[in-house]
Amino acid sequence: MSSREREGGPAPALGSREFGRWIWRQLTSMRTALLLLLLLAIAAVPGSVVPQRGVDARAVEAYMTRNPTLSPWLDRFGFFDVYTSPWFSAIYLLLMVSLIGCILPRTRVYLKALRARPPKAPKRLERLPASATFTVDASPAEVASAARDVLRGPRFLPARVDVVEDGDSSEVRVEKGYLRELGNLVFHVSIVLVLIGVAGGALFGYRGAAIVTQGSGFANVLTQYDEFASGALFDPDDLPPFSLQLDEVQARFWTDGPQRGAPRLFRAAGTVETEPGADPQPFEIRVNQPLGVDGTSVFLVGQGYAPVLRVTDPEGNVVFDDAVPFLPQDGTYTSNGVVQVPDAEPQQLGFQGFFLPTAVVGEDEDASVSIFPGAVNPIIGLFAFEGDLGLDDGTPQSVFILDKTNLTQILDEDGENFRISLSPGQEAELPNGATIEFADLRLFARFQVASTPLVELPLVAISVGILGLVLSLVVRPRRTWVRSRRGSAGTVVEVAALDRVPRDDLPDDLDDLLERLADALGVPASVTRSEHEENDQS
Amino acid sequence: MSPETLAQVSNYAVASATVVIALAFLAHMAEWGFARKVDQPVEEEATVTVGAGAPAARQSTAAADDDAPSRPDLLSSVGVSLTGLGTVLLLVGFVVRGFAADRVPWGNMYEFGIGGAAFALVVYLVLVRVQAIQWLGGIVTGFALVVLGMAMSTYVPAGPLVPALHSYWLVIHVAAVMLAGAFFLVGAASSLLFLIRHRAEERGTVGGLLSRFPHSAVMDQIAYRTNAVAFPLWTFGALIAGSIWAHYAWGRYWGWDPKEVWAFITWVVYAGYLHARATRGWKGRRAAIIALVGFLTFLFSYYGVNLFGSGLHSYAT
Repeated sequence: MSSREREGGPAPALGSREFGRWIWRQLTSMRTALLLLLLLAIAAVPGSVVPQRGVDARAVEAYMTRNPTLSPWLDRFGFFDVYTSPWFSAIYLLLMVSLIGCILPRTRVYLKALRARPPKAPKRLERLPASATFTVDASPAEVASAARDVLRGPRFLPARVDVVEDGDSSEVRVEKGYLRELGNLVFHVSIVLVLIGVAGGALFGYRGAAIVTQGSGFANVLTQYDEFASGALFDPDDLPPFSLQLDEVQARFWTDGPQRGAPRLFRAAGTVETEPGADPQPFEIRVNQPLGVDGTSVFLVGQGYAPVLRVTDPEGNVVFDDAVPFLPQDGTYTSNGVVQVPDAEPQQLGFQGFFLPTAVVGEDEDASVSIFPGAVNPIIGLFAFEGDLGLDDGTPQSVFILDKTNLTQILDEDGENFRISLSPGQEAELPNGATIEFADLRLFARFQVASTPLVELPLVAISVGILGLVLSLVVRPRRTWVRSRRGSAGTVVEVAALDRVPRDDLPDDLDDLLERLADALGVPASVTRSEHEENDQS
Repeated sequence: MSPETLAQVSNYAVASATVVIALAFLAHMAEWGFARKVDQPVEEEATVTVGAGAPAARQSTAAADDDAPSRPDLLSSVGVSLTGLGTVLLLVGFVVRGFAADRVPWGNMYEFGIGGAAFALVVYLVLVRVQAIQWLGGIVTGFALVVLGMAMSTYVPAGPLVPALHSYWLVIHVAAVMLAGAFFLVGAASSLLFLIRHRAEERGTVGGLLSRFPHSAVMDQIAYRTNAVAFPLWTFGALIAGSIWAHYAWGRYWGWDPKEVWAFITWVVYAGYLHARATRGWKGRRAAIIALVGFLTFLFSYYGVNLFGSGLHSYAT
């Protein structure tokens, strides 16, 4: 290719137009597409090795603490956001340009080919990869009509057949396999549509997560989300105004058999209002069975325990009475949580600790462990703190982290950390006179709310694209010629075929064709088989 | 029969299948060993460049024209017969496992391993009938043994599924991916032998063992056809069915989970292979290397991701 690309002018003084054209031709060449594909594969690898912000922001932070010297460099080069990094985007955008630059000219060529007639037979048919010669008594016109009938193909997939006749000779030209290139084009167009659809979904869509405790509700407004991410063109005012009332959360586990302790059923149920004031409708969400409201889907992506805790301060006022979600850390639902009591007097109170659904005393006498995720013997273990929770200075605080900068841990009379261990219904008194009671045990559900507009586009496009892909891989474009000339001993018939994409079954197919031709001409198969030859080289 | 008995029957069937397939592997190894000793004169076809590869397809059957089949040929058919028997046993183990657990038998890495091996062997045996690819027997049975061994190392008793897997997409997604993997395996085995024999052909040193394999052009064609079947299956199973199911189970279609990343990489590399076969300078050797790299990425997305990473697919370990 390169020799022709230079013809625009002397190489060092390429005009900007020629240079542009040269770049374009390079970019849209098959070789470039291939290299970009391989580059894309390599560029995707780091995202599976290094944690990604878009997938698990907490894992990224943990990674950064573990690798303090390497991380800033990784971050600088976008390794924690591989799939939105400039270099990854550059590769797929170039690939996209290359793809479109390939589709457009090929579509033009294809449309032209659709209108074109099958080409004339080459002069020396015996040079083609598969050819044969035989002699029959039938006239050239009879041979042509027999050949046309044999080669016309099935009605639903007709081949293009031209017959040229003049008294003493005839030529049948057949071209088939147009669907191959059609399938090819359809598949590549579908990839473009998938990318457009995915980009649209990312720009206009949103995804958020919220923890909702049994017995409470959720309204679809930004402030109710624990996590929220949306595309650049999404407007928070467009959030559909639905709300949920969560009446029931079920988490069941296998109690026997080989899967003991494994999850058996997760379910959340309650009522949903599609807009304020609408009739509440019952809903049920399970894993794999999201709830669809107004173009948005609500998924159950997690669940855990939310013990109800009641705190009275040393002055005897009930200053806290609420369910506190404890986040599960493993398959036994050993969970961590934090209680913040800003209203306690004279000092604010904070608690940090764990929840064990089925606690047993471990080998190390002191520590209990959970042996089963169901709540058979629930226990809360807490440490207590007093001081300033740091909630007032305006910096956003996670409800799952206790900021201990201005807190002091409460100690017992021996000067050890004061430990609280409670079963449901039990109450503990702190050395400072405050009390905390494990009043009730509820479950919480973690919902993911997501909207991916335009998702039908990529799904439909790729489904059609696969059909195109199959066509492009299965259909064989083939040209066949049958030429006959009246000779002294009868009509000399030459048959030859050429595959645009070489395949090894061409000779077998030619044998088959000769047999059917003999059949159509009413001669024994041995007549057509006599001078059959195969060539190695096309 | 009770589920426990069925599970036991399944385990016995899988164990005996492994033994029989090991014997089949040994038969193929012996076939190759004897073929090395039979020092046939190098056929001159090695120096002829074959375009379509048509004549070469016939040469393989005509290799031993003597009245009695040669010892390697005999061992080859013993190997194929044993593979057939082993596959039947494996299928029994696989299906009975499904009855024991009362669901499709591909809910964890152990089941995915025996299922994957069974799919691969069935595809291979069908292609032995259709395309006469028994020359791949040594590689396919050897690979099946490795997969079965890896499956044993992740054995779990038959049991119910976690809620995340309660979906008919489990049937579609995993079946399509296992089938794609089976074709990828045959394609990769052909590409590997293609590379070895292609080099020998260029040096004119095709003899002994290598003359048992078809001409490199034939193996290239087999590799292309099987990968051409596998690629749409992979597109459908891993990318489409996978992302639809991810939507229902995890609330998003595509989230760059490690398994998703590697499924994507596999797809891109095989797309590269299909392009390479149509690019001048990349046909043949380089394309075959890309196909092998593609198979390695497939193996990594099947096994490596579960081994090294956590990710959302971790229940599959």
